[in-house]
Amino acid sequence: MSLFNRRDFLKLSAAGASLGSLTLAGCASTPQAPKTIGRVVVIGGGFGGATAAKYLRMWSGGTIEVVLIDRNTQFVSCPISNLVLGGSRRMEDITHGYQGLREHGVQVLHDDVAAIDSDKKVVKFRTKFPDMSYDRLIVSPGVDFMFDQVQGLDAEAQKSVLHAWKAGPETLALRRQLEAMRDGGVYLLSIPRAPYRCPPGPYERMSQIAHYFKQAKPRSKVIVLDANEDVTSKGPLFKAAWKDLYSGIIEYRPNAEVKSVDAKGKTFKTDFDTVKGDVLNIVPPMRAGDIARSAGLINANNRWCGVDWTSMESTAKKNIHVLGDATLSAPGMPKSGHMANQHGKVAAAAIIELMNGRAPNPTPMMANTCYSFVSDKEVIHVASVHRYDAAQKTMAVVAGSAGVSASRSELEGQYAAAWAQNIWRDMLG
Amino acid sequence: MTRTIAIAVLAAATALPAWAQGRDPNLARNLASNCANCHGTNGQAIAPMPMLAGQSKDFIVKNMRDFREGKRPATIMHQLAKGYSDEDIDLIAGYFAAQKAR
Repeated sequence: MSLFNRRDFLKLSAAGASLGSLTLAGCASTPQAPKTIGRVVVIGGGFGGATAAKYLRMWSGGTIEVVLIDRNTQFVSCPISNLVLGGSRRMEDITHGYQGLREHGVQVLHDDVAAIDSDKKVVKFRTKFPDMSYDRLIVSPGVDFMFDQVQGLDAEAQKSVLHAWKAGPETLALRRQLEAMRDGGVYLLSIPRAPYRCPPGPYERMSQIAHYFKQAKPRSKVIVLDANEDVTSKGPLFKAAWKDLYSGIIEYRPNAEVKSVDAKGKTFKTDFDTVKGDVLNIVPPMRAGDIARSAGLINANNRWCGVDWTSMESTAKKNIHVLGDATLSAPGMPKSGHMANQHGKVAAAAIIELMNGRAPNPTPMMANTCYSFVSDKEVIHVASVHRYDAAQKTMAVVAGSAGVSASRSELEGQYAAAWAQNIWRDMLG
Repeated sequence: MTRTIAIAVLAAATALPAWAQGRDPNLARNLASNCANCHGTNGQAIAPMPMLAGQSKDFIVKNMRDFREGKRPATIMHQLAKGYSDEDIDLIAGYFAAQKAR
């Protein structure tokens, strides 16, 4: 087995333009490279993984070698992607490169990870790179979908019935479907039972699409089939917006779990109803990403990865830390990009302590903010602060810190747009 | 350049004053990173989010307490501020006061 070592990287750096910044950054900032105490490999360059990679470099003073692996060469943000569907943002606005991380000395590689050998502490790549050893591994894989839970949602059906729940090509494809739809048509959205990525996301999406219809196709309808018994996040605020802004456009049906899809007939079926639409959009049930499953990190309900919240270390495998939506969420903790960023910082701080032979901070804190656009300008939020509870061995919401907007406002619209700019830079810049 | 800043930050964080001695020297840094999602890494915010880096410690402490006690109107900070104790706020404010605005 050939292992990818530091010397290989330097060779690659000299040869490849994409890795050239590594040596440049090293030369430009310090006359002597700091002594390296070990290597952390990060799988997944989203809100969790990218943040962890940057903060590991920054907080370790460059003493930890950090390799970030993502199959995509650019990061596309799920937050704000609903505004692309609504027509007030473009794909370029939510797409960012990894150059900023390279300038922090993170080695960014683009490939699929084929396997993790947790006994030998080695990552195996799908195509481009030789096996790579690690001292500690961060797995921040996001979610993958359980398509088989919905009858008829096979590979062929998935070509026309999109999820667009990972921002990227499907975001644009769904936007095109909406643009091509006739005025007077029906957009149908299926929401799975909680927990799923981004609790307020589906309600923001239906608001955005209703906003688009109101401007461009006013005879059209938004029909939403929600498997949950009520709106799972910011319910009264969303419902007020729908009533005030989109009366006659939005029809919201709770307790309506979609059990089967007919892509050709363009229908969703629940136990009680068959509903026909022109554009069908399903957020399927989901679980921790595939690599978490194949690495044996899923140990909760067959779906999520348990972690020690003081370090984000997996409760299934030593020396592997899991971040973001893939984790079994603590009580009151949403699966959000904001939260994943906070996971990344707790993991970075803990890993630096552990690799220096010290104990991690025993009482980490995290905060969450989720902004939702109910129109192109007006926004509502939900926020909370979480502190580690040693007795319960989990993160707990600090009393009084959890709350939502008093009402929707354009002022929060400005803050939400600024939130996006700031968190993108905090993770990638 | 970035690394130079990072090292300066690390030095600032590890050279905490007496009020933080005898405990985790990175606690202030870790707590302050809760704010970075909205207010930028090390408080170096993109407008219109308020810049925290380089603000005086007293200014940040007063604002956080006013938010927490409902004395200063807010959209969200009256909620988030309730998540932090006086001691947490002291540490966070001291950390941001030691950062450079950019």
